[in-house]
Amino acid sequence: MNAPHTHTGPFEGDFPIVVEGLTTAFGEHVIHRDLDLKVRKGEILGVVGGSGTGKSVLMRAIIGLQRAEAGQIDVLGHSILASLSDASDDEMRSRWGVLFQGGALFSTLTVGENVEVPLREFYPEISDQLRHEIACYKVRLSGLPEEAANKYPSELSGGMRKRAALARALALDPELLFLDEPTAGLDPIGAAGFDRLIRELTDTLGLTVFLITHDLDTLYEICDRVAVIADRKVIAIGTIDELVATDHPWIQEYFNGPRGRNAQASQARKPAGGKPAMDKHGGEGA
Amino acid sequence: MEEEAAFSTIADDDAGSTLVLTGPWVVATAGAVDRLLRTYEDPVARVDLSQVSAFDTVGAWVAWRFAREKGAELVGVDDKAAVLIEAVEENRSVADIHAPRAHILERVPAAMGEFVIGWAIGVVQILGFFGAILVSLGSLLLHPSRFRVTSIVRQVELVGVSALGIIGLMSFLIGIVIAQQGAVQLAQFGAEALTVNLTGRISLRELGVLMTAIMVAGRSGSAFAAQIGTMKLTEEIDAMRTIGISPIEALVIPRILAAVFMMPLLGFYSAGMAIVGGAVISDLTLDIPFFTFLTRIQEVVPEHDLWVGLIKAPVFGLIVAMSGCYQGMQVKGNAEEVGLRTTMAVVQAIFMVIVLDAFFAVFFTEIGWG
Repeated sequence: MNAPHTHTGPFEGDFPIVVEGLTTAFGEHVIHRDLDLKVRKGEILGVVGGSGTGKSVLMRAIIGLQRAEAGQIDVLGHSILASLSDASDDEMRSRWGVLFQGGALFSTLTVGENVEVPLREFYPEISDQLRHEIACYKVRLSGLPEEAANKYPSELSGGMRKRAALARALALDPELLFLDEPTAGLDPIGAAGFDRLIRELTDTLGLTVFLITHDLDTLYEICDRVAVIADRKVIAIGTIDELVATDHPWIQEYFNGPRGRNAQASQARKPAGGKPAMDKHGGEGA
Repeated sequence: MEEEAAFSTIADDDAGSTLVLTGPWVVATAGAVDRLLRTYEDPVARVDLSQVSAFDTVGAWVAWRFAREKGAELVGVDDKAAVLIEAVEENRSVADIHAPRAHILERVPAAMGEFVIGWAIGVVQILGFFGAILVSLGSLLLHPSRFRVTSIVRQVELVGVSALGIIGLMSFLIGIVIAQQGAVQLAQFGAEALTVNLTGRISLRELGVLMTAIMVAGRSGSAFAAQIGTMKLTEEIDAMRTIGISPIEALVIPRILAAVFMMPLLGFYSAGMAIVGGAVISDLTLDIPFFTFLTRIQEVVPEHDLWVGLIKAPVFGLIVAMSGCYQGMQVKGNAEEVGLRTTMAVVQAIFMVIVLDAFFAVFFTEIGWG
């Protein structure tokens, strides 16, 4: 790295991600217009919306992969749009982890080597031995058995691959974690396990999580708040109870449709102790 | 400004010394301090975390690992640090993260054995592949309506028409080189006039077809392998099978037919361009006028030279297309495999073409077409 990494302490503000007036477009096709979103520190924010409403595009804009036509995006107090080639960008990239939809593991490296890649890239001064040790506990931390560390991604099941990708996303102890449909394609047991893992890691490591999902169980199970994207903007954000109280037809259909009711019912059947801190931040609007 | 992780030792106690950690102990700063701690030799009874300004799992790991190695006690641990230390302690592991790799004495013979067996299996599989193509061709002849005309036309365009520019230029330049260099040598015997024989015969018999085959292997053979290989990876081939489309019929046959039909045309075109190149350079440097050169070609090149080239061409086309398609169908696993198989397709095709060319050379001379 040619520039020293200046971050040695965590982000102190209340809103690690602030999006204001964001407009993105592919040619003539406008994806977002004047979109505002604030993510609170320490929360798991679920992002929902119909297919094609630009959930992934929003995530890509926040992490600097998608150019915005207009607006302002601040991540951890730095503007993302202002500087896309500075050394400060590398510093930013070391402070977030991204789990892509397909996992996006490097197929020619083993799981452990995949976890080592960001460490090697950002902190070459870390000795081989320490890097190896870090990779090993990160693999375990992501809920994989020890033996998975020297397997290639093609030798793993879908659920294990997701966990391996999570281990790589967590390699640099990021403050922010972006998850794009983490439970898509997993069996219900695997998905529930993955939900629990994300909740535990968030609490243990003090992460802020931006989670795109279609999975209603995930929303009920682990999300502190949920943002709904429709009509090219965030039309509502809040706890599920707050969202259900609004009368937007799409939100009503989403949460009160047959699947929404099922997820709600299975949530209600759970003992109170297993219920995550759903309303920890409840009651305050963004 | 950047702060460093650091530690200092307080050795005032009867119960041993205390290592006080200061500054941020995070992934960005842990590398340097970990090196120092790994070579730290004095005994330590306690590791004090109370002065640490920032902490993450990497800092927790470095501190915890050191404390365990020294049998020291961690003190001054706040709630957040305790959670992190517990997490790394629970998840510690000594797994090997690199794929298992045998000893060199075991690996080299094993690799050689696999290579030999792979060769044998490869020969059988290529024969099987050739058989499958013949069976498909046979069934297509019985049901001509299943011929994918559009697909064949498309491949003819890709293999033949769009290669005209590069093959023409290459052959033209090679014609120039042969005529010019040949003339220099023949001049020593006062036989510059034989440059025409040299250029005409070598282009039509050997170089036109051979260079074209090499170019087609590089352009189209590699493309076949990469296309089919990628389709294999994305399960498109499997999808075709489940729908009842034979991938051999839909993908392989059009490519092979296109290569087999286009190679004679391209080879002839290439020989023609080489002769034109030779004529141009002779006109400029040997005082043999352009059209005289072309007329002399008709007189000195026997007709069977043309047939030698035209007979070899479709065989070379078959080899190039077959090895491209075969290697493409062998792809499995990951993206690296596509690259590997593409390389193999081109190398295999060019090698086979040159080997066969040697056989043809001997054969045609033996039957009197010298």
